[in-house]
This record gives sequence, C-alpha cells and structure tokens, in this order.
Amino acid sequence: MTNPNAAQAECAVHAEGVAHRYGDHQALAGVDFSVGRGERRGFLGPNGSGKSTLFKLLATILPLGAGKVSVFGQDLAKDFAAIRRRIGVVFQSPALDRKLSVRENLTYGGHLQGMRGRALAARVDEMLAVGNLADRANDVVGTLSGGLRRRVEIAKGLLHAPDLVLLDEPSTGLDPSARQDLWAFLRAQQGLTVLFTTHLMEEAEEADRLTILDRGKVVAEGAPDDLRAELGGEVLQIHCADAEQLGHEVDALLGVQAQVLPGVVRVEHDHAHRLVAQVVDRFGDRLQRVSVAPPSLEDVFIARTGHRLGEEA
Amino acid sequence: MGLTVYSLWHREIVRFLRDRSRVFSSVGQPIIFWLLFAGALRSSSMPGGLSYGEYFFAGTLAMIVMFTAIFSTITVIEDRKEGFLQGVLVAPVPRSAIALGKIAGTATLAVLHALVFLALAPLAGVPLGFEAFALGLGVLALMAMALAGVGFSLAWVMDSSAGFHGVMMVFLMPMLLLSGAFFPAEGTHPILGVLMAVNPLTYAVSLLRHALHAGTEATAGLPPVALCLAITVAFALGSFALGTRIVLRRTARDAV
Repeated sequence: MTNPNAAQAECAVHAEGVAHRYGDHQALAGVDFSVGRGERRGFLGPNGSGKSTLFKLLATILPLGAGKVSVFGQDLAKDFAAIRRRIGVVFQSPALDRKLSVRENLTYGGHLQGMRGRALAARVDEMLAVGNLADRANDVVGTLSGGLRRRVEIAKGLLHAPDLVLLDEPSTGLDPSARQDLWAFLRAQQGLTVLFTTHLMEEAEEADRLTILDRGKVVAEGAPDDLRAELGGEVLQIHCADAEQLGHEVDALLGVQAQVLPGVVRVEHDHAHRLVAQVVDRFGDRLQRVSVAPPSLEDVFIARTGHRLGEEA
Repeated sequence: MGLTVYSLWHREIVRFLRDRSRVFSSVGQPIIFWLLFAGALRSSSMPGGLSYGEYFFAGTLAMIVMFTAIFSTITVIEDRKEGFLQGVLVAPVPRSAIALGKIAGTATLAVLHALVFLALAPLAGVPLGFEAFALGLGVLALMAMALAGVGFSLAWVMDSSAGFHGVMMVFLMPMLLLSGAFFPAEGTHPILGVLMAVNPLTYAVSLLRHALHAGTEATAGLPPVALCLAITVAFALGSFALGTRIVLRRTARDAV
C-alpha cells in the first residue's frame, strides 16, 4: 500500500476540496487537482471561473479557508511561510514600485527574498538580460509600457530561482514575440514547476496539462491534445441569426444533437465535413457562415460547459 | 528580518527624495504656519515669559513630525492599490518587518524634516546648546516613531486616501491641537484640559519643551520629565505594537 502523504510529497501541488467564497459569492466550489514536479499546468477558464481566486490562494495572499492544499508536501494553511520561500509569484497587476527604476525594483525584490550583495547584483543582471530589459535597467517603472512592466514583474518573480512559479494571466499586455520569449524561457528552466491561469487558447497550449475551470469547479483536466482527442471527429459551426430555431431544424435534418449558442449552432461529428453540403442546400439563405474544423480547446470548453469561454460565467 | 527592514526603510527614503514637492510641502508648510502664528499672536505672553513664537517653536516641530508621518504612511494605501504591497506580502518575510521598515522609514523622514526647522532655532529666538539640540533630536525620534506607528496602523486598514484624510481631520489634527503644541492646558476649558491630559502626544510635546528649554521658566507647569519620558516611550512602543498586530492579520483585503 502506498502512503498517501508520501504520494502528495512527490507532487508539486496537491489540492483537495478547495473552496472559497467572497460574501455570498462562491468563487471556488470544491476543486481537486494534482500537479507533478516540473509540470507546466494551465488553469483555463473565463472571468469569474475562480481561477484568479485559486491563484491568490496558492500565492498565499488569500488565507485558505476550506479544503486541503499541500505545496511540496507542506500544508498551505499552516506552513505558508515555508512555502513562500519556494514559490515565485507573478501578479497580473505588477507588484512594482512605479517611482523606482527597474533595477531598484528587482534589487528590493531580491532583498525580500533574503538575497543581497554581489550575488544579488549578478542575478539581477542575469534576469535583466533574460527579460531583454538591460537597456531599460535605470528607467523608472512608471514610465514603462504595460508589456515592459510585465517583463519586470516576471523577472522579479523568477529572481530567487523558485521551484514553483505562479503566473496570473502571464500574457496580458505582452506582444506575441514577448509572449514567445517568456514561454521559451519558462520551458528552458529545468525542473521548474509552472502554474498559470489564462483565458486564452493559444496560451493554454503551453501547458503540459490543463485544468479547465468554470463557475468555481473543475470541468475537465488533461493534456491539451488528449482533451481535444476525447471530443473526437470534427466540429461543424453554423453561424446564423436564428440559432435557436435553426438548431431544431438541424437536429431533424441530420439526426444529431446540435448545441445552440448565441448566434451559433454547433455539431460534433466524426465526419462533419460531409454534412456541409446538406446544411448549405437546406438553409442557404439563412446562413452567415459555416465552418468545419478539428476541435479546439474552446470546443472542449463548450462541450463541457454549454457556453463559450469568452462569455462571463 | 534585518535586510527586509533595511530594504523597506531605504525605499521610503529614496522615494521621498525623488518627490521634490513632498520635500518642499512638508518643511515649507510648518514654517509658514510658524511665521503666521508668531506674527499674529506676538502680543500674547506665554508661560515662562516666552513669546508666542518661542512657545510655538516646539509645537511646530511636533507639527512637522505629525505631517511627515501622515504623508509618508499614506503611501501604504497607494502601495496596496497599485499592487506593490501584494508582492511584499507573498515574500518570505515576517510581517512585523514590513511594519517596522515602513515605520522606521517614515520616522527617519520626519526627524530629517524636523532637523531642518531645529537648525533655524536661533532665528526663532530659541537659543539651543548642543545638549538641548541632541536631546531635542532624541525626543523627536521617539515622537516620530509613535506618530508613524499611528499613521501606519490607520493607513493599513483604510481603503482610500480620502478616508485617511477624513480620519486625519477628525482624529489626528485634534490630537495635535490638544497636545500643548499650539496652546498650554492652563486656562483652557476643563474638558479640553482633560482631553489634553489623556492625549499621549501632550507628554511627547512636553518632553520636547523640557529638552529645548531645560532649566528655564518655560518648563514650569509641564508634567515632570520622568512621566513625559515614560509615556512617550510607551506611546512609541504601543503604536508599533498596534501596527504589527494589524499587519499580522491575513485578510481578503491583501489581494488586489
């Protein structure tokens, strides 16, 4: 028999029944997951799905109320001080002093991690180079663009070489090339466990495994490819003005169970492309656009929740 | 712990020095106050035969310390709003170090400000020997720790700087007015007399007068030095304890 505690200690993060409420609002309603060491785990969900609350709990900034979480085998509710030594946190709204320069922000950040002197200065230089910030080192943060500030925040979060880094919507404010640089850097860190929240499909692709959240609950979990493969086949999307009515007619015509979303009728089918001609013949003038594609992560989300990722939960 | 306190203290000083308007306003305003009051009330005779300008000299120092403490600790609210604070809160540092760093930084700024005005003592008709100067500086440091602790505790629980200004007007300003900084307790309405007697800042201001006017008539009628010192030290320690206690609570407000 395996010892469950030992199994948990092997995980970077192990969570059971994590719940959190703000007043009357249940932000997280019992979430379970396990993240292996060295894994890149994405938490995908729309605004209000609870992913930011989960991030704040793991970052130790919100006290854990209900449920159990261990981080590297340590209890998040009790040993948060020890956990803080091992995590790096990258906030969505950068935790930077806007009146200070980039270098000063990193230096003060290093002090708070117990780093000092030459070792700190060398590490700051290293992170400035990694973040492509070397030529902005003496600029005051308040004068930087949002994307640059994010890069400073990321450099600060990784300064002390944490074992686990938490990133809240890391791509917000980053242009595509900066986003690629960030992920290339994160992928290159051997053994670093990465947890990130996102509402963007492209970013979710960076995860080894994804946990999809909706309304405070886990609705799906798996590698992005596996999640798509589970759906199988292809997805036919019919964009039209009267989706509700057309949905019934599509069911009758094709003998399928179509899903109706605002302005769209969706059909999952092994060979959806063969259905296109029938749909166009029958409904031609009522259609705005018809598309067939392999399932995307958005399709996975829709299949599990009945609504789109872009909509508020 | 030490590194955290040093780092947060250092940040306060650097930020302050970059903000020229703060340097000017927090020294300039009390000097203007002193000139106006000393000029307007020059025919008043104060206890111990002091002119109002001489009497108000210690009061102006107390005012400088209080204003600096307020305007420096109010940045806690900005730090929280702008997100800087959450980065500090998730760092592996004791929260008491966060309180001490901020309070020490604020107190340092307050003493530096007061020092500028203290150096003007001869111009204000208050002759200062080295001993009076050094003792005065020590008292100002204690007073600064006490008021920085009060300001920090208030700012930590406030959500907006507008709210902080409100508290300043109804709580901190009366505390200053009723400390003997502007007028002595003698001859005031009995209720004011009681309020002044229970106000810990009264003893800090009196201690400052003992330091600056030692051995003169001006210290007659003040509470004894030992009492003033005991209450001022207790005030500084108490407000630091309050700040530490408040900062130790982990609440949902910590997350932006």
